[in-house]
Amino acid sequence: MAGLPSDDVLLERLRTGDEDVFVLLLDGWSGGMLRVARSFVSTEESAAEVVQETWLAVIEGIERFEGRSSLKTWVYRILTNTARRRGTREHKIVPMSSVDDQGPTVDPSRFRPAGDPFPGHWWDYPPAWPSPEQGLLTAEIRAHLTQALAELPERQRLVVVLRDIEGCPYDEVCELLGITAANQRVLLHRARAFLRGRLEEFYQREGDES
Amino acid sequence: MSDLECREFVERVTAFLDGTLSAEAEQDFVDHLALCDGCERYLDQIRQTSQALHDLPGEGLPGDARSALLNAFRSGRS
Repeated sequence: MAGLPSDDVLLERLRTGDEDVFVLLLDGWSGGMLRVARSFVSTEESAAEVVQETWLAVIEGIERFEGRSSLKTWVYRILTNTARRRGTREHKIVPMSSVDDQGPTVDPSRFRPAGDPFPGHWWDYPPAWPSPEQGLLTAEIRAHLTQALAELPERQRLVVVLRDIEGCPYDEVCELLGITAANQRVLLHRARAFLRGRLEEFYQREGDES
Repeated sequence: MSDLECREFVERVTAFLDGTLSAEAEQDFVDHLALCDGCERYLDQIRQTSQALHDLPGEGLPGDARSALLNAFRSGRS
């Protein structure tokens, strides 16, 4: 999220009880925290409770935070630990690997076959998208993306939410999810490729209708 | 022209964007990019997808949970 003060400033203000800063973080981060929690637990209600429990732990633990990671990563570590415990209680299992983690991410029939003068090259280029208006997503695209996110296998969703939506750094995502860098890259790549495909379908439908 | 096929190029975009390709693989990638409009578009669309996600607003906590947390912050800090 843009426009937040540095961690030092945030911490100082939180510790002196600055409510405005607390609200800033609460409103800025809870949406993403809900998305992440939702991958570990069974229901929306559970996810909301996990996020609530996390904030309570943050309020209680803020004095002890030593600044060895960013504030956000610290909060997310509490979140993922809380969510994992809760998920285990609910007997929800986040699969460690999945058939969706293998194979090409783009339909092979879009490329020329062996024996063609240009094997492995596009038959047709991906269709162009309408040029985006700066920083503006239409409500339709937002709804479409949200729906597409929900369709992703859980581990892919977790990685893409943390990396692309929340903007967490690479190494911190590995640590939070307990996965290797190579594994994270595979999951992120598959998620992005899937979501790009969904956007392509969306833009094509729009193009057909207009 | 590099030997990289479009079919392989599309599998490498995330490694490229993260800067984790080897020097040689990165050179192949960039060489291919310079010559292939289709792959240039694909890479750009992956970037746009990532950006769209970044701009995706999340739903907040339910109102009562939010005010309960505010109260907890107030009483915890006073």
